[in-house]
Parts: sequence; C-alpha cells; structure tokens
Amino acid sequence: MINVIRARIHQKHRTIRFPDAPPPALPDRFRGRPLVDTARCPSGCRACAEACPTTAITFANDRLPVIDLGKCLFCNDCKLACPQDAIHHSDDYRLAVRQPGQLVLEPDEALVLAEALGGKMKRLLGRSLKLRQVSAGGCNACEADINVLGTVAWDLGRFGIQFVASPRHADGLLITGPVTQNMKSALLDTYAAVAEPKIVIAVGACAISGGPFVDHPETGNGADSVLPVDLYIPGCPPHPLTILDGLLRLLGRVDDHKTAMEKETRK
Amino acid sequence: MTNPSEMLATINGQAVALEQIPRHDLATFQRIVLRETAHGQRVASYFGTASGNPGGIDVFMVLANDANSELNLLSSRIEGDSFPAMTPDCNQLHLFEREIAEQYGLRPEGHPWLKPVRYQASWRPGHDAWNRPEGQPIIPGSGDFYRVEGDEIHEVAVGPVHAGIIEPGHFRFQCHGEHVYHLEIALGYQHRGIEQAMVSQPVKRALHYAETLAGDTTIGHATAHCQLIEALSGCKKTVRAQSLRSIALELERLANHIGDLGALSGDIGFLPTAAYCGRIRGDFLNMTAVLCGNRFGRGMLRPGGTGYDLDAARINDLRTRLDQGEKDAANAIELFFDAPSVLARLEGKGILPAEICHTLGIVGPAARAAGLQRDVRHDQPSGIYRFVQLPLSTWDSADVFARAYVRWLEIRHSIAFIREQLQALPAGSIQAPTGPLKPGHLAVSLIEGWRGELCHVALTGEQGRIQRYKITDPSFHNWAGLAYAMRDQQISDFPLLNKSFNLSYCGHDL
Repeated sequence: MINVIRARIHQKHRTIRFPDAPPPALPDRFRGRPLVDTARCPSGCRACAEACPTTAITFANDRLPVIDLGKCLFCNDCKLACPQDAIHHSDDYRLAVRQPGQLVLEPDEALVLAEALGGKMKRLLGRSLKLRQVSAGGCNACEADINVLGTVAWDLGRFGIQFVASPRHADGLLITGPVTQNMKSALLDTYAAVAEPKIVIAVGACAISGGPFVDHPETGNGADSVLPVDLYIPGCPPHPLTILDGLLRLLGRVDDHKTAMEKETRK
Repeated sequence: MTNPSEMLATINGQAVALEQIPRHDLATFQRIVLRETAHGQRVASYFGTASGNPGGIDVFMVLANDANSELNLLSSRIEGDSFPAMTPDCNQLHLFEREIAEQYGLRPEGHPWLKPVRYQASWRPGHDAWNRPEGQPIIPGSGDFYRVEGDEIHEVAVGPVHAGIIEPGHFRFQCHGEHVYHLEIALGYQHRGIEQAMVSQPVKRALHYAETLAGDTTIGHATAHCQLIEALSGCKKTVRAQSLRSIALELERLANHIGDLGALSGDIGFLPTAAYCGRIRGDFLNMTAVLCGNRFGRGMLRPGGTGYDLDAARINDLRTRLDQGEKDAANAIELFFDAPSVLARLEGKGILPAEICHTLGIVGPAARAAGLQRDVRHDQPSGIYRFVQLPLSTWDSADVFARAYVRWLEIRHSIAFIREQLQALPAGSIQAPTGPLKPGHLAVSLIEGWRGELCHVALTGEQGRIQRYKITDPSFHNWAGLAYAMRDQQISDFPLLNKSFNLSYCGHDL
C-alpha cells in the first residue's frame, strides 16, 4: 500500500485544464489544417493534385487548388510535390464540422467549425453523452486516440461523455473506418439498437470519405454512405485534441476565448 | 547447407531474379517444404499468384532459417482446382493454405479445418473453394463452428461489435460453466482489400496503405514496405536514415508495450498502473510526434530514407523526454510486478508452451515468452540492427506473466537502444534516390514489429510493375496461439489472455 501511495506522489496530477485554459503545446511538426498560398500557384500547375493519394485536392477554376479536409490524410505528399513551396500545414487542431460540404474549402474561405446541437438535443445530451464506438474497418489509430481521451490526462468523463458497452445504453454512435462490406450489417444493427433520438459522429478520413481506401470494392466511402452523420472530425488519425474539441463543440462547451492559442491562429 | 537446386538462399531486404528461384513440380515442392520445416525452418510467407501463365496458380514459399540468418525461396505451380494440403504434416501452414483456398478458389484436399479466412470473394471469378454461387454475398462469420456436445455444454458467442473501443472480430467459446474447452475465432470484418490495392491502385497510395495496414504498427509496416521498394530498386539507404528508422520503430514498440501493461493492469482491476501507463504511453506517442508531427509515425518513412531529420535541439528534447518517460514507466510497472495480487492473476494463466509455439509458427513476444529465441532484429537483421544488437528478451513460463514480463524487459532494452542511437546519430543525408523497380524480381522484407515478425513480399513483372504484394502481419500467425492458450481456462479470464497477446484485427484482415 505504501508503494501505491509513493507511486501516486511520483506520477502527480496530470489532467489538462482544456477547455478552460489553452491546450498543451503541440509538437512543432504537427500537421494541422493544410493551407495553400494560392498567390504562388502558377497557372495550369497540378503538381499537388497529382501527388495527393486520395484526390483530396481539386481545382475550382483553372487556377486555385481546393482541399477536401474529409479526404485529406494530412500527409506531406502535396507539400513535397509543390514546386512553389506554396503549401504548409498550420498548427490549428480545430477541424470538426457539422456538414460534409464545409470540409471542402476554397483557398480564402474560413472553416466553419461545428455548431452546437440545437435546442432539444442539446438539452438531452449537453451534460450527458453516452456513445457506442464502432470500428468498421478502422486501422486502430483512430480507435487508439479515442481511447486516449479516457486516460487521466484527458479525462473525458468530466464532461459527462462516456463510451458505453451496449448500444442500448447509448445516445449515439462514434464510427471509425471506411465501413467495410463485412462490417456494414453489424454497423446497421448497432445503429438500429440505439434508442431515438440519436446522433452519429464520424472520426477520421476513413469514416468521412473512405480515406486511403476510397472506392475499394471491399469498403464503402465512409459512414454517411450508410447512416446520417451529425459531426465530422477529420484527420488520419485526428489528434486527441481535435476529437475532444469536436465533441465539446457539438455540446456547446468550447469557449474560443478561453482556448485561444497564445499566438494568433493563422488566417 | 541449402541445396541450391532445391531452394534459393537469400537474405532479408534483398531482391532476387525470379528465374533464379528453383521451381519444382508440386510433389517435390511439398516434399522439400515438409522436410525443411520438420528440421526447424519456419514459414515466413506462402502465397499464390496468378501473374504467371494463365490456367494455373504459381505458389511461392519463403522459409526462414533463423539459425543462419538466411531466407530460402522455392516455388511451384498448382494446376486444376485442388492440391494436397500440407497442413496435417506442417501445422504452421494452416492459415496460409486457407488463404490460398479463399483467394484463388483452390481446394487444399485433406485440410483439417478448411474455412474462409476473411470472407472475401475469390480473386479468380468462377473458381471458389466452397462452390459458393458467384455474385452471392458472403456473410462474414458464416458457416459451421467447432462444437462440443454434452450435458450442460453451452456456446458463448461474442462480437463482431465488442464492449470496448476495439476492432471487430467474432469469438465462439465452447463452455461448461466457466470452463472453456475450445475457442474458435472468426475474422475478416476489417477486410479492406489492401493486397489487391497494392497492385491495382496508383503507386502513390502504396506507402499510405502500409501506414494504415495496422495503424498501431505504422512505423513497422511502413519500414517493411520501404525496405522492400529499396530492395527492388537497388537503393542504398544512408546509415543516418537507418538509425532514424530504428528510433521510430523502438518508440512504437515502447508506446505499445507500455499501453499493453496498462491494459493488463486494468483487466486485473489494479488501477494505479492502468491509469499511469495509459498516460505514459501517450508520452511515448508524443516522442514519435516530436520526430514527425504525428503520434503514430505517419509521414516518418519514405522509400529511400525518412521524411524527417533530427537536429541537435530535437535530440536534446527527445533525450529529456526519454529520461522522464523511463522513470515514470519504471515507477508504474515495478508497482505492478511487485504486487502479489497482480502476480496471482498472471502466473500460470493461458500457457502457450514452446512446442506449440514451434508447431503453430508463433512470433514476437508471445514466442519469446515461451523461451523461443525468435526475433527478426536478432535472426534476420536489416538496417541498423545489423550493426547494433539488442539483447534478446525471453522468459520461459509461457503464461500471461511471461508475456507481460517480456514486454517489460523489452521496454528497458528499447529505451537503452534509443538513447545510444541519439547519442551517436550517424552523420549524413536522410534520403537516397530510389530508381525504377527491377523487372522480374522478388524481394522479401522482414521487420520485428512490436507484435512480432512483419513480412512483406513483392513480385515485379516485365515492366517493373508490382504484380503481387503479399503481407503477413504477426497476428496472422498468432491468433491461433490465443485460441490454444484459452483451452481449459475460465471464460472470465479471456480479456486478460486476449490483452496478453493484443493482436491486430486489421493486420490480419488486410
């Protein structure tokens, strides 16, 4: 017993103060939302789109590249291919949105971060959200960083958010993976077992768009190919902070003034 | 000594011309394989390919001679729709033969348990090992399961959707009360078609498939993939790149081993270590993010070298974090192994004895926990492991305790290894040019991931394009080991046993 107490003293109190204070520092190589300095794009250049493994980059008109954050793997392939050094990743971890169209960004458009649930749903779920997680072809990276939210450092329970064992106890599903053919019926059964009203959250590029497996005959192209989705959290995998930020935004519990990062977020 | 007319001897990470690989009639091929496996060679990979002449299926065998750090290759051809199974005489082939049956619609006659592996359609339309009608959907987990009959015997079915945040799989226990007589595991729910996609999709996706094959083994599989491409293109990567890759690989091992010990602790109900290790695992993931910006190592590897370098400031940062991480991990884990109530739950549970490990071809910490000296870093070294040897961590009680304790031994060795690498990081560039792939070649790439041996094999065609890409995750070998270890255990101990292996679903399902 004395050893347990000694260990407790050694390990200290670790729970982060976010969202009542700025989040812990992210590594300087962290790849958040990709930004394109379109002023540098030469006419007709398609290097970034050609390098992109998931067709996340398209061209709105003959000039400007448009990035679909739902397809983006947040890899470096476009950045390395760009002859003008026009692409870089910001350190903005906030990526969650409510509508899939909001993931496709024109170069100068601001990301419309997820709005809170409306009246009745917010009253029902705002202070107690129980989720059943279903991995439908997820590679265990998204799953691992969702699990992390349950550790002492993040302590998801303090927000009333909890992952439960049975869909009967859940207010909604949190889905990872592109929805493989072999998991489709189990996913639909699990959804059917959740009582109304219910929500669906898609975490990671796979669950939003199919990710690297987009258009494989063995997989679907994400959760909203089979179910209505209320919240999209991009990333491959999203950082735990990105996931937490998304969940808290949905419940209307993030105050951007309190979580503002030290330096002004880039335009 | 290998007889060169029977098998071609090669080494990990080397390409060989296809015409150099001895090709035998099926009977001779099987005779050689059975003789060599009976004499201690291990099946690293066995797969078919339809890329040769139409009408038949070419099969390739990769045998590992760990004592000589040598890989032996041989091939044959299966004509018609069936072939005699080798599984009754060589059990470690059981899943490989089922896989060939499923992918190519070839029936291994005499296979004792011929069921699908991933519940996918045959790659050769019109050929199906179970004569299922074409176009009809294949229901995962369907078909007969092994059953025990008798008074009060009952069956417990679990999954595919499990209670925690975990990947899907289906488990069938044959029980008498708490007592488990038999466990059968049905997988395939995570099947994403990666082996096929490696050939049919644009080459620019290949590295991303490797990184997401099993997301908790991003560095391991990406390293195996890059090493394969480098072998086939004749690229000589720099010593600095090799060192950086090994740092990332050992960080991946550390994060997962520490997480596993925490998860075991949680299943026992010993909450201090569960809470601490959950967080400390994150500290190690964050060290990988210092390297490359991503906690799982996405973007760290690129064919020809690495995507990121380390400067002096970053090396210092990593060393500080490593020192702190080591102290915290030691504090949490020693608490775990010093508690008699913990040891009582670990010792003697879920024994997977050495002879069964040999029979089933078990790899990684599960094999080393039974005393097997089996570790790719030691037996088939590539990259920096050719010059720097990590001590081999083994234990001999073969139970849950041993699988936990081997992880703790490896944690200490990996930390010491990384510290050594950071102290004297070789100078030079991190990237070497990769050219086009050599046409008509085959290469084998083995990496010791945190779960055990990762094996990637690729075959190129006449234009230098990859025609077949074969992936074997350690979980492919080890799921049968978990099923074996569950025999005569209590069903309430299943979570504990399962965590002591912690196998990958998507790595198996591909």
